[in-house]
Amino acid sequence: MSMRRITDAGTLAPHYDLVVVGAGPAGLSAATEAAAAGACVLVADENLEPGGQIYRAVTRNTQGRQDFLGKDYWKGRIITEAFCASSLDYAAAATVWSLDAAAAGEDHATLGLTLGGAARMISARAVILATGAMERPMPAIGWTLPGVMSAGAAQIALKSASGIPGGRIVLAGCGPLLYLLADQLLRAGANISALLDTADKNQRMAALRHLPNFLLSPYVAKGLSLLFSVRRQVRVIPGVTELAITGARRAEGVRFRSGKRQETIAADCVLLHQGIIPGINLASASGCIIEWNDTQRAFQPYTDSHGRTSLAGILSAGDGADIGGAEHAAVSGRIAALAALADIGLLPPSQIATRLEELEKQRQLYRRGRAFLDTLYRPARQFLAPPEPDTMVCRCEEVSAGTLRQVIALGVPGPNQLKTFLRCGMGPCQGRMCASTITEIMANERGVSPAEIGTYRLRAPVKPLRLAELGALPQTPAAVVAVTGRPPEHRSIEEEGKKQ
Amino acid sequence: MLLRIREPAEMVTFSFDGRHVTAARGDTLAAALLAAGVDTFRESVVGGEPRAPYCLMGVCFECLVTIDGIQNRQSCLIEVREGMVVNSQLGARLVTGCADR
Repeated sequence: MSMRRITDAGTLAPHYDLVVVGAGPAGLSAATEAAAAGACVLVADENLEPGGQIYRAVTRNTQGRQDFLGKDYWKGRIITEAFCASSLDYAAAATVWSLDAAAAGEDHATLGLTLGGAARMISARAVILATGAMERPMPAIGWTLPGVMSAGAAQIALKSASGIPGGRIVLAGCGPLLYLLADQLLRAGANISALLDTADKNQRMAALRHLPNFLLSPYVAKGLSLLFSVRRQVRVIPGVTELAITGARRAEGVRFRSGKRQETIAADCVLLHQGIIPGINLASASGCIIEWNDTQRAFQPYTDSHGRTSLAGILSAGDGADIGGAEHAAVSGRIAALAALADIGLLPPSQIATRLEELEKQRQLYRRGRAFLDTLYRPARQFLAPPEPDTMVCRCEEVSAGTLRQVIALGVPGPNQLKTFLRCGMGPCQGRMCASTITEIMANERGVSPAEIGTYRLRAPVKPLRLAELGALPQTPAAVVAVTGRPPEHRSIEEEGKKQ
Repeated sequence: MLLRIREPAEMVTFSFDGRHVTAARGDTLAAALLAAGVDTFRESVVGGEPRAPYCLMGVCFECLVTIDGIQNRQSCLIEVREGMVVNSQLGARLVTGCADR
């Protein structure tokens, strides 16, 4: 048996033992583990190929042709190969737009998803959310100009299209991924004018107590070699405290301050990055308890040590649950799969105890050193809560930091009320690009922890859904009679398609 | 603007705002447009400012375009296909159905 690729909604089974949302290292590993135990599994993923962002296009790329990606990238092959050899259903380019936990007295959750232009509601006894991370938005003057992208976007272009930004590139921000990207771009022959490091020097003392643990972690050797390699080849400017992208209709340069020096560098492409945060929209909209992680300075779904959220039958694994990197994500996916199957009675708890213990040990190993990185690279306050009034915070509805501060000063209780006043977070991205900044600005203005401020309350659909898709959802005969007063006419899926 | 550093194996062609564009099979539409030198994908809804993809992974919604008459499509999540008719989106989505312009 091997993986079955599903390309149209009509081929989906109406019911699965386990639905995994996301096909990055966590989702793929969870699905592989569950399929091996005999569960009936569906993996639904937004992307065109398995691998998530970290192993994007790994099934299509080759070590010979894409030699610039670095050796860790190819670890994704092991995960995707095991996945492709598993007996399960895989829906690529699928959007999961709703998730409802089991109602009282029922034993299955319900998911709404769109595939190949048609929507379906399917049920699952257990759901694992492996929705991964997103980059923490880095609002600055001019960050909405064409030519400005996140560092992750450049990495995606490199992995999926072997594409590098043309012209002069400036990287700005902080964190390990910024240096990893710089190294990959250099190997691919890109022209990097400068790397503006915004890491907060004040964090060094705070990070020191986590240093011994970091020195024993698997990240030390790779991290140091990256730092040295990039510093040797690129002008790295440390201690950057102010940043603005200049240009009228597109990025033309970057103005920055480091110490007493203020300078503008010409740039055709500006890549911003300040760490990654869990993508929580689906978990949050389904009603999972969301909690503040102060070390990682981000909201994440509450999970127990095996990935169970606050809702029965819904688990979360990988960076979408708790940032820990690709290898940590893969292990946490396996743990969540075993826990899910035990919860629905497909595996006896006694049978998985030893395996869980072993996986837990691996997970601890990959966790080691994260506290050091999280603390050292916590973004400086002015990049979390941009001080300049003109900085655009909500890119969709175009709400600036200045407007937000004025309305916060009126005594608005929280992010949800701010949304009602200003429409921030109500555009197509549904708050993904502004939620973290809104919370930070509000916390800063009030002088309280972001935990007290909270974040947007989210509701399904968590991704845009066409009314035509919603309207064409298959209905039960009873529902049709109830609304139209007539028995349903039978139409095939092809006819439904033509009708649209 | 993206420069391809490896020759694509197989090409497809589509149109963007009436102009013919060549892309690699397997590209997302957003990557294909960037590689074709398109630097502005749309104009923002409130201020009419030029916008282009920021995240390329389905989060930012800056890459929204009209594909074959359907508005608000995330071009970073859709595979480029032969003969696709793609248009940039100027301002907000039109409520009255088809948006060919």
